[in-house]
Amino acid sequence: METMNRTRELQDHVRAAFNDKTALKIVGGNTKHFYGNKSNAKKTNVIETRIHQGIISYEPSELVITARAGTPLKEIEALLAENNQMLPFDPPHFGEHATLGGAIATGLSGSRRPFTGSARDFVLGSKIISGKGDVMSFGGQVMKNVAGYDVSRLMVGALGTLGLLLEISIKVLPKPNTEATQVIAMSQQDALITMHKLNQTSLPLSALTYENEKLYVRLSGALSAVTSAQKKVGGETLLHAEKLWQEINEQTFSFFTESNNKPLWRLSVPYIANIDLNENSLIDWAGALYWIHSDKKAEEIQQHAIEQGGSAMLFRTHQVKAEKNAQDCFMPLPAKIKQLHVNLKMRFDPRGILNYGRLYSDL
Amino acid sequence: MRYHCRMTRATKDNRKSLRKQLHQVLPKTCILETPEQTIPYESDGLTAYQQKPWMVVLPESIEQVQTIIRLCHKEGVPVVARGAGTGLSGGALPLANGLLLSLAKFNRILDINPANRSATVEPGVRNLAISEAVEKFNLYYAPDPSSQIACTIGGNVAENAGGVHCLKYGLTVHNILQLKIITIDGELITIGSQALDTPGYDLLALMTGSEGMLGIIVEVIVKLLPRPEQAQVILAAFDDVVKAGEAVGAIIAEGIIPAGLEMMDNPAICAAEDYAHAGYPVDAEAILLCELDGTNEEVTEQIQFVENLLTQKGATSLRTSQNTAERLKLWLGRKSAFPAVGRISPDYYCMDGTIPRHQLPFILQKISDLSKEYNLLVANVFHAGDGNLHPLILYDANIEGELERTEEFGGKILELCVKAGGTITGEHGVGKEKIDQMCVQFKSLELQIFHDIKHSFDPQELLNPGKAVPTLHRCAELGGMHVHDGLLPHPELERF
Repeated sequence: METMNRTRELQDHVRAAFNDKTALKIVGGNTKHFYGNKSNAKKTNVIETRIHQGIISYEPSELVITARAGTPLKEIEALLAENNQMLPFDPPHFGEHATLGGAIATGLSGSRRPFTGSARDFVLGSKIISGKGDVMSFGGQVMKNVAGYDVSRLMVGALGTLGLLLEISIKVLPKPNTEATQVIAMSQQDALITMHKLNQTSLPLSALTYENEKLYVRLSGALSAVTSAQKKVGGETLLHAEKLWQEINEQTFSFFTESNNKPLWRLSVPYIANIDLNENSLIDWAGALYWIHSDKKAEEIQQHAIEQGGSAMLFRTHQVKAEKNAQDCFMPLPAKIKQLHVNLKMRFDPRGILNYGRLYSDL
Repeated sequence: MRYHCRMTRATKDNRKSLRKQLHQVLPKTCILETPEQTIPYESDGLTAYQQKPWMVVLPESIEQVQTIIRLCHKEGVPVVARGAGTGLSGGALPLANGLLLSLAKFNRILDINPANRSATVEPGVRNLAISEAVEKFNLYYAPDPSSQIACTIGGNVAENAGGVHCLKYGLTVHNILQLKIITIDGELITIGSQALDTPGYDLLALMTGSEGMLGIIVEVIVKLLPRPEQAQVILAAFDDVVKAGEAVGAIIAEGIIPAGLEMMDNPAICAAEDYAHAGYPVDAEAILLCELDGTNEEVTEQIQFVENLLTQKGATSLRTSQNTAERLKLWLGRKSAFPAVGRISPDYYCMDGTIPRHQLPFILQKISDLSKEYNLLVANVFHAGDGNLHPLILYDANIEGELERTEEFGGKILELCVKAGGTITGEHGVGKEKIDQMCVQFKSLELQIFHDIKHSFDPQELLNPGKAVPTLHRCAELGGMHVHDGLLPHPELERF
């Protein structure tokens, strides 16, 4: 009953905003407020999803959990851990109160991503409120489902601009029996070559990350498999490796904290990209993700990413709001693709009230 | 059954004009229009539905596809895209007043990039041909639908094809990086990229499984995976299907994700054994095929563990493959289950529902009850690991009314899947076949947003119209069939 009331409360809020054309800023745990553009709406009103929380269903042998969007991530992860399972995409929390809704709306994934998959890969179903205030359900709680367009995955990374997330069903995986991290000292050039080589093997990899002359190779799986792979990979076994991975994922690792006030850029590129911006970087995802502190011009960084077959986005900046708003954090889209985005936004949120401008200034 | 698109505004004159222009821009060998030429295209893998297309074109270049689509757009003539035509839901069923666009000539692998673990292929490349071409790099393309020897990657993307290895390696949507598509106005656009993610909305996910309704796929970049060092399969026999179902849950609850986990019931076992001679126990009520892959050490450890677990869960006999030949032989029975059933019955109708796994006993009991009620035999093949059922209803199309009874029976199975918390299609798509069951699965608000998505890409509804998403009126007219709790669905619609 409580849930129905909460759903109704959120729905009424969206409907009222639709009627008087008030822009809504969707807030969960408010841990990822820095991500994406600042809203440029004149009249903004906050809609809080944290009132809509709780795990709805979880059956470990079905490998599926369904929870309300406002449910704290740590609550979900704790319940999964009790059953020796996990969210396979390592969502970063960036704060104590991070919610499932925020993890899905941002669609961010951690170091395991090239080997197990991303946030969008594990989303099976969703219930949303559209910009008209309609409650709709898509997908479901089963692994295979091709009835209707994949609206649930469309929501991942859309930053709430197509719908307010109410409930999400996620595929979960068993925790690996054993994890070990090998650390090998080498140059960036050698590390990239090693990462590409390892990435083509069937070793039980779960992370390939490079920073400051060190390649970190995480291995996950059965004890015998991990032990044997450790010998093949070489290097030294890192003690307390869990702390390292936690710090990289949460960006509390020294690389992220020692930024010298330079903006943090995120470059998503092909594994074989050759990124050379002459800046300090942390390379993750076996070479497919670069974190770079740089105060170079956005155009220069983005152009370099495009030439390498990828994209660049301004992830964090200490600049004041006005400067940040000068342009989109995300790279401009080709005209026809942009048109499709606008068309979709118009259909899901015809009055542009849901997180307007957060993803692109005109969406 | 004559299948004609009612939505199009195109007249005979439009078609006449389009025909003339197509003859001007395409070589003769790219156009098929006589009845003997077009008859091979009258149905896809769902042969119960047939319709000769008005005209078939087989373009050879992206530019030609763009020209064709621009002309269709200008004249308002609908287009149905087709790959190998192996689909099982009538998704590539032609239109009497529309163009059939075959992508069969787009059959080249354009690039293999082992270091990037990707391959760039044209849409008409066969699924299995990709894995064969990259074998020398010790890589493979993971999704493996049963029809992988014939089906093409363009169709796989359009249907979000699965296969027996989805539980561990995902569906098509998890295994592609980039698509090039032609939009209805003839523009060539790139969706996704060679990187693992791309700015903006996830249009790659939206395109995958969109059944040719949003654009024409002309190029696909697939992800490749390293071949596992070792793979072994266990064949376990059970004297009770429920016990076999419980064993599936037990394996997963123990934290093991098999590469494949399949179940077959007695009629399916007997048909497959008779056909493939894989050594299946024909006296068993159910068998499980459980494949484990990974490093040598991991597989050795897990095989032993799973063998013990299956024995505990009541398996009456176990057989584990000792080499690749044995493994492939054990799979052969499963992979040939459909043709095998085809031999024991004049016709069969393959259903494709998904349920939460724990609902298996409920569904199997209901299917068995319905089988008696309709007096039609059923063989069950089941991607047990991910809850995807393929009941095969055996019938004879030459007996009057039997196809109709079969379709009704199949429809009831799908409605049961929805009732059990599942879905009307796990991997075969909605197409023409399951369009009415979409009214059971979704409410009008969701169906409306599906139409809205379609219109965002194709406002005039020229791409594969009439498939995948029913009109709200169609659902309202069917309403009488689906009265739940005394409430009529879609009360907001006028009835006429």
